[in-house]
Amino acid sequence: MESLTLSDVEQKYYSDLFVYCDTDNTKKVASSGKVLDLFRAAQLPNEVVLQITELCGATRLGHFGRSQFYIALKLIAIAQSGLPLRVESLNSVKDLPLPRFVVSKSEQEARHANVYSDTENQGPYVGVIPRPPGRVQPKKVSAHEVIQPCMPTSESQPDTTSPVVSPHQSPPTSPHTWRKHKRQASGGNVDRQPAVAGAVWTPFREAQSGAVTGDGMWSAHSPPPPVQESWVSFTDTPPSSTLPTVHPSSAQQESTTVRTLASAATTNEIQRQSSAYDDPWKITDEQRQYYINQFKTIQPDLTGLIAGSAAKEFFTKSKLPILELSHIWELSDFDKDGALTLDEFCAAFHLVVARKNGYDLPEKLPESLMPKLIDLDDSSGGPEPAPEVGYSTSPVEVTPNKSPSMPSLNQTWPELNQSNEQWETFSERSSSSQTLTQFDSNIAPADPDTAIVHPVPIRMTPSKIHMQEMELKRTASDHTHPTSPLMAKPPDLSEEGKLATSIKFPTNTVGDGYSSSDSFTSDQEPITSVVTRQRSHSGTSPEGLKAVAPPPPPPRPHPSHSRSSSLDMSRNFAPVPAAGQQQAGVVTYPPAVPPRPLPTQMSGPHSHRPADGEGLASHSSTSPQQIPEQPNFADFSQFQAFAVEHPADDGEKLSDGGQTEKCVDNAAAMRTVKNEAQADERAANVNSAKGSTPLAPPPKPVRRRLKSEDELKAEVDDIPQKSVLATQPSIPRSVGKDKKAIQASIRRNKETNTVLARLNSELQQQLKDLLEERISLEVQLEQLRPFSHL
Amino acid sequence: MAVCIAVIAKENYPLYIRSVPSQSELKFHYTVHTSLDVVEEKISAVGKAMADQRELYLGLLYPTEDYKVYGYVTNSKVKFVIVVDSSNTSLRDNEIRSMFRKLHNSFTDVMCNPFYNPGDPIQSKAFDSMVSGMMVQAC
Repeated sequence: MESLTLSDVEQKYYSDLFVYCDTDNTKKVASSGKVLDLFRAAQLPNEVVLQITELCGATRLGHFGRSQFYIALKLIAIAQSGLPLRVESLNSVKDLPLPRFVVSKSEQEARHANVYSDTENQGPYVGVIPRPPGRVQPKKVSAHEVIQPCMPTSESQPDTTSPVVSPHQSPPTSPHTWRKHKRQASGGNVDRQPAVAGAVWTPFREAQSGAVTGDGMWSAHSPPPPVQESWVSFTDTPPSSTLPTVHPSSAQQESTTVRTLASAATTNEIQRQSSAYDDPWKITDEQRQYYINQFKTIQPDLTGLIAGSAAKEFFTKSKLPILELSHIWELSDFDKDGALTLDEFCAAFHLVVARKNGYDLPEKLPESLMPKLIDLDDSSGGPEPAPEVGYSTSPVEVTPNKSPSMPSLNQTWPELNQSNEQWETFSERSSSSQTLTQFDSNIAPADPDTAIVHPVPIRMTPSKIHMQEMELKRTASDHTHPTSPLMAKPPDLSEEGKLATSIKFPTNTVGDGYSSSDSFTSDQEPITSVVTRQRSHSGTSPEGLKAVAPPPPPPRPHPSHSRSSSLDMSRNFAPVPAAGQQQAGVVTYPPAVPPRPLPTQMSGPHSHRPADGEGLASHSSTSPQQIPEQPNFADFSQFQAFAVEHPADDGEKLSDGGQTEKCVDNAAAMRTVKNEAQADERAANVNSAKGSTPLAPPPKPVRRRLKSEDELKAEVDDIPQKSVLATQPSIPRSVGKDKKAIQASIRRNKETNTVLARLNSELQQQLKDLLEERISLEVQLEQLRPFSHL
Repeated sequence: MAVCIAVIAKENYPLYIRSVPSQSELKFHYTVHTSLDVVEEKISAVGKAMADQRELYLGLLYPTEDYKVYGYVTNSKVKFVIVVDSSNTSLRDNEIRSMFRKLHNSFTDVMCNPFYNPGDPIQSKAFDSMVSGMMVQAC
């Protein structure tokens, strides 16, 4: 079978027909039986029918499947329109009228034909027509009630319990009221009430025909004329129709007012409609004023809301059944807040009035009654109230009801419906997204903070930037060390193992500017200034460690840093994969970065001091060993010389704590001292051990840092001693005195560093605790919040 | 696409039940009834901090060879039960959740209606249409 493209109208029509024929509910229809009857009803010669059957493949299969059925129907339509039967024409023929099936009743025929032609002409209505009542009442259709596509189907349940029937096409044509006392003009309607299943159609149709004279209702372009007629007929007995309803409640003022209002309304409506068909749901000025007055009696503030209970009492006075009132409420409470605004109240009141006057409640709120859309004289001429059966419970009936609405409503409803759904979905989405994002944001900061114990990896970035700053300073003064010191630093770090570097981070919050947390550093006075500097970096470090949730704000680096450091970093960490740089790379940074500031600081403040050749020479022994690990290590040794030369300066700077550079210097001094102090073997070992760390995967630095804290302290203690020991034998020169002074300062610095490290760790612990508390609070908040989303 | 959708009140009587028209409607009703036991069991599982820790979506209550039953309970102990065909394997958990969410939203809309007395059967057409949209279509 070729694929069959059906328009919406066709789709509905065919499905209805299929259901009608598929009485066994087997999803396939035997070739004999209703299908053939149907085809015969199409008034096609038998041979054509046979041909169609063959074309659609039913003869092959022996039965009509859904697709075969559809194809057959389309072929029938083609045949009926006089086109040759060809398979290709299935999809090629456009604007094909729906297949027609003759009905026994001539009037139905005529009506169908008329209606059918109407539907042809009117696109919007087409959807309405192809709803053979058989769809709804296949079992109830009497023999003569063959599928009549044009039947103004009364989809409603034919049973008497809810005799409200609504024609699809021109609802107003038979504003079937299921109140006996109403609609006396349309006498046929009365019959509907006691209608028997199946027989409902006929009386309905008769009623329709009675109500709708042959004034070309069917051929009218729109239902409004029927509406007019209905209105006209209604006017015959507006007082009578309303009065009976009012009588029982005449005692109550409300009903009286309702009656008067209703009569006024109807009169107004009629007058308006007699001129030209208008939206029956439009509220006239008079009506609106009345509604507003009523609103004031309940709620003096016109911009306020009427509570649901108050509205319930008010509308209960109208003596409408609760079910209908409930439906009216559903229609009019647009924002679903359980209260009525002025617009909503007017809409509800109008619906009540309409209902009392015999108008059936629409499935959806009419355009003109939309809150904030109610604009007198604003509605289009076409829209009909679509008074469909209010209480059909069958889902099938409900869905088709939506489409056959008035054309304008058709256009607006989908948007409105969609908007409604969009509101729903949007709210759902937003709520869910909110929960998600909130949750994430709640958790995210917690995780990184709690998990972050060692901001080492992140520090790389800030330190990098910091280093760049340093570099700039250095470059301004001394260009020889731009990269070498930096390069030297990584090796330096490596040799101490990320231990030193990592440890240095916490300890060197002051010195390095790579503090793990701002708070920690800020607590220390001497470090305050450094802290301020470091804050940017430290902020990033904990965050950067957990690059997951809280977007680690890149350390507000000094622009200068980024430039130069990036160069160095790239060089240093070329082997490190790019991805690693994001997280792992960050981790790998630490080893390299810290050294940089040292040299930069060293070079910066000491830029004016010439390199000490002797120092260099003295340390050259260490440098060669370090060289294999890192390039430019020799440069580092130069810094060592600087550090050696100016330990005093470092110490001063430390005490000032004015800048990170000082801390860096201090650290650098320490490192340099360490380097030089350490025995060659040790240095070599450390270097080799740590040299690989820069290239090691991210976790390593963390681990190292963990133990580095402890180790560093131990090292700090050991190193000074070793340095002293190492330096002493290694400095049997004239510069021994200087070295001793330097070493002393180094020792002092190391002690300070140790203290700082301890402080840092304590503060970090405090921070962790606070973050945990925060997380728990946020989680609690989140748990409490979901209720508002429902 | 559900085969049967039911709304059960706090006192475990049905406020609304709709099934795909078929011969086994009674079977669906029975299934919903028996699933209430599982729902009760699940909501009583969380002892302390009732609503705080208990999620509204209960998930798959129990599967049978023909269909699966999903449950959802609101904070007011109103239960929603959805029965889906087991052959409909494409249904994901998220879709079931969204179905429950829609049910819950429509249910709250019904509740907001002052003319609706809690405990009455739900006769709202909007609710009906929403449920119809979630049911397996006849065609």
